[in-house]
Amino acid sequence: MFQVDVDYLKRAKKRRDYAPWVITFFLTFAGIISALPIVYLIVTAFKPAEELFLYPPRFYVSNPTTKNFADLFAISSDSLVPFTRYLFNTVLVTVCYIFLLIIVSSLACYPLSKHKFPGHKGMFSLITTALMFVSGAAAVPSYLIVTGLQLDNTYLVYIIPLLANPTCLFLMKQFMDQVPDSIFEAGRIDGASEWQLYTKIAVPLLKNACATCIILTFGSVWGDAATATTYIYDEQLRNLAFYMNTLQGGLARTGANSAAGLLMTIPSILVFVLSQSKVMDTMAHSGIK
Amino acid sequence: MSKKTKSQNEKTPVAPRKRFFNVETHFGYTMHEMWRHKISYGMIAPFYIVFFVFTILPLLASTVLSFTYFDGINLPEFAGWNNYIYLFVDDPLFLKALSNTLYYAVIVGPIGYLASYFFAWFINQIPEKIKPIYTLAFYAPALAQGIAMGAVWLVIFANDSRGYLNAVFLEMGLINEPIQFLASTDWIMPVIIIIALWSSLGTGFLSFVAGFTNVDKELFDAAAVDGVTSRFQRLIHVEIPQTMPQLLFAAVLQITSAFTVGAISQQVVGHPSPEDAGLTIMLHLSDYAGQRFELGYASAIAVMLSAMILIIGRLAFKLFADKG
Repeated sequence: MFQVDVDYLKRAKKRRDYAPWVITFFLTFAGIISALPIVYLIVTAFKPAEELFLYPPRFYVSNPTTKNFADLFAISSDSLVPFTRYLFNTVLVTVCYIFLLIIVSSLACYPLSKHKFPGHKGMFSLITTALMFVSGAAAVPSYLIVTGLQLDNTYLVYIIPLLANPTCLFLMKQFMDQVPDSIFEAGRIDGASEWQLYTKIAVPLLKNACATCIILTFGSVWGDAATATTYIYDEQLRNLAFYMNTLQGGLARTGANSAAGLLMTIPSILVFVLSQSKVMDTMAHSGIK
Repeated sequence: MSKKTKSQNEKTPVAPRKRFFNVETHFGYTMHEMWRHKISYGMIAPFYIVFFVFTILPLLASTVLSFTYFDGINLPEFAGWNNYIYLFVDDPLFLKALSNTLYYAVIVGPIGYLASYFFAWFINQIPEKIKPIYTLAFYAPALAQGIAMGAVWLVIFANDSRGYLNAVFLEMGLINEPIQFLASTDWIMPVIIIIALWSSLGTGFLSFVAGFTNVDKELFDAAAVDGVTSRFQRLIHVEIPQTMPQLLFAAVLQITSAFTVGAISQQVVGHPSPEDAGLTIMLHLSDYAGQRFELGYASAIAVMLSAMILIIGRLAFKLFADKG
């Protein structure tokens, strides 16, 4: 018969393990480098003009100021539409988009995962393939379809064309696969309708997956300048990202640009920090099996 | 077959139901099953309708348009394979864009992928409490996309001595005069690649971090019995097989993002770039679609790019499906 080498296991346990310290040290170093541009962005946003153009350039800020943000608002006061209007548009569109995205994706993931209707496998492999689709590749027909449906120059154009997000449906479906079928069977025996099973059982279980979808899509909607450039002709309906894009150019505005960049980035980082633990839970099931 | 079908079959002898379709035949059975699952179809309908109208339909239309001459105003005219022939024979810029894109993809694809995997693995080795901070530090560049980072990179790689990198190199005496990072044709692609690598720990990285966290710790004990005790051996014998699904998911995303490079180039070196040194397929495509309105030709470029990604993506599926 075979024998476990007990001594070997004991020796392995006794050996002092320094590796985590080495790895933590290495990761700290690499993490600082990785986060450096973000830190730089934050620092620059608070630099006064005389520090921005120092030679040799200096990384840190000695006299932090909020003047760059004031400048940003001042620049926007010359434009046709107040800064707050752009901000309002972006917030409105982002909230509506995420709300609808979650409803549409969760509604689709439940039957794809739990109902064996004819074609459910094909439907899902279509989504897996769609992970490889190039979003800009079909720009021409997309433009014709959007204008043909008269979605252009409305808030809807920010939302509807991007609503069917394959990555989100994919993650939600993989997450749903981990939920045992017996929960839904029990619900069925108690006489719940499919709609009730979805709202009462599936939706609460999908909370973490929803958080992941929010993180992955938030930045793309919040920073979506392309839609406003292509489809919106009315300044009143354009969003913050579009406005920030028009600001670019000219070293004289480096400070204001950094302030603008910071305003565009902070919400994404906040959303990530607030929902990181939930995201990890969903991502654990993200694999393609 | 689901349990629901079974219970229904059991009921049948008690109360025979009239059915619309003859369930004996294959077609009839399928139709019957489809009718029985009408609620399922209703639930997936909103997603798939939008998906069809704004994703599938444009792709199909794009494929059809690629065989035509189309300027967006007059009706498309059939062109046969001409657009594709022109692509490889008469358009040196496309070949330039293709070689730039491949150069980028060959470097950023694998390195970004491996970096995602190993940084995720390293993060998994450190104490649970500090994991989130490190995850954020590595994921932050991917979060701060687009507009925000453009400004930062422009200052770091600025061509004159005010650029951070130039200033540091000058200070250290490595160079005598500032390097034209954003203007020299030798430097444009490397700079784009460095920036891309910096922010390459994205969705795939998150997927890896979660995948490692989820590996059953009991497997380590089981492996230890077989003599697998070092971290590295554990990685090879336990963690890589266990994270195979995440490896495939991340590979698919990595391939797609590597081949669709364009936005970074546009932000950092502008478009058109000096001597088209930063031209990529995506930018070439947007030229023909957005500026020249040669929509048939633009579609041919798009179809080529999509085909490339799908073929390489399928290879990844083959590769990982065999081992997983």
